[in-house]
Amino acid sequence: MTGNDAPVPIGEDELQAFVDGRLTGARQTAVETYLAAHPEIAERVALERQQRVRLRGQLESKFVEPVPPRLWIANIQAARRGRWLRRGRAAVAAMVIFAVGAGSGWFASRLQPLQSAAAPAPATAAVAQGAAAAYRTFVVEVAHPVEVGVSQEAHLLQWLSKRLGRKLAAPDLTAFGYRLMGGRLLPAGSAAAAQLMYDDASGRRLTVYVRAAEGTETAFRFQQEGDAATFAWIDQGFGFAVTAMADRDELLPIAEAVYRGFGGVDAGGPRKG
Amino acid sequence: MARDDAGALLEPLIPALRRYAYSLVRDHAAADDLVQDTLERALSRWFLRRADGDLRAWLFTILRNLYISAYRRRKRHGTEGTLDDAALPGTAPRQEAALEAQDVLAALDHLPEEQKSLLLLVGVEDLSYGDAARILGLPMGTVMSRLSRARQRLRSILETGLETGRTTLLRRVK
Repeated sequence: MTGNDAPVPIGEDELQAFVDGRLTGARQTAVETYLAAHPEIAERVALERQQRVRLRGQLESKFVEPVPPRLWIANIQAARRGRWLRRGRAAVAAMVIFAVGAGSGWFASRLQPLQSAAAPAPATAAVAQGAAAAYRTFVVEVAHPVEVGVSQEAHLLQWLSKRLGRKLAAPDLTAFGYRLMGGRLLPAGSAAAAQLMYDDASGRRLTVYVRAAEGTETAFRFQQEGDAATFAWIDQGFGFAVTAMADRDELLPIAEAVYRGFGGVDAGGPRKG
Repeated sequence: MARDDAGALLEPLIPALRRYAYSLVRDHAAADDLVQDTLERALSRWFLRRADGDLRAWLFTILRNLYISAYRRRKRHGTEGTLDDAALPGTAPRQEAALEAQDVLAALDHLPEEQKSLLLLVGVEDLSYGDAARILGLPMGTVMSRLSRARQRLRSILETGLETGRTTLLRRVK
């Protein structure tokens, strides 16, 4: 069947690439020459090309059809935001909860210093340092990444809340692909710190760190140490930090989501301050 | 912020996603459900996508995985024709209306999902062989031989359809 007239051997792979119109120059010419000498194969290849073109033709109308509104990105995003707000209001996606006496415009004003790169309060830096150090220590831990696993979530949160002196709920970060693994208690000066650890489908880990800290409220502080990025802030005597192997742009929406939990809960009812 | 350019990047790709989804499920509303799920998932994991990865290939991967998990579940509940149907004529195999030689799209339904997806991703969506391999979770080396086999099978399905004319075409399983 294959004569000795074909100078360069043509393989099936190349015939497939020919069917897809992906050959160029010399190889295209070589295949054409080969097919001219092998009518049976040429017929088969022509049929495959024809079927490929027909399939594209049959689906063309689907491709040019206008995209229905429910698939517009703006609408999908709006629906997502709506779900988010409802969840926040219902406190289902509960964040780290404790009493704050702030208004609804608080969040916007708080982000302001971030843009102007104002010098962060030293206390925020200490929280960020503590969080980053704890992250470095335990994120690489394979055997015992957490002290109490997510299977005992209620016990974990009760225990950490008690030691911390504040009611603690695990932020729901599933919207970002992160799931709670568990948590542990850590020393933080003379007091205690709580670390909640999360991971995503690819095994990347993220921690939420909470401890007592001096100060009422500060702006977000961003800190990058190697691959690990941290956003930290202080609120009503407690410091918070979110740390992950991520860059600033990836981490900011997560830190905001953790933070926004206060806003959602706050907007839901009167506060005691 | 990253999320704001998501729309600008995703929107031009939606027609192709709808086309692929429709080719898989062959139902307009179900196809758009699948695309909607795909877009929602992509937005929820927007920052997890690899910066150097091809967005189109990533979206097709999400869509296909959603399709497979949804339809596998359905299949397990037993409405789909199986190998046994073809092996045992007495069990009233799933029958199709006559297959026109022109109707490549209908013929595609007789292929296993992997071959079908391969023909769609390469032949219709113009994805590179490498991207198609990644989307289907195949080693690069096997993509070409699978493609060849898929086309061979499609040809034989269409030939059979032509020969049997207005009679019926049995689900072919080799």
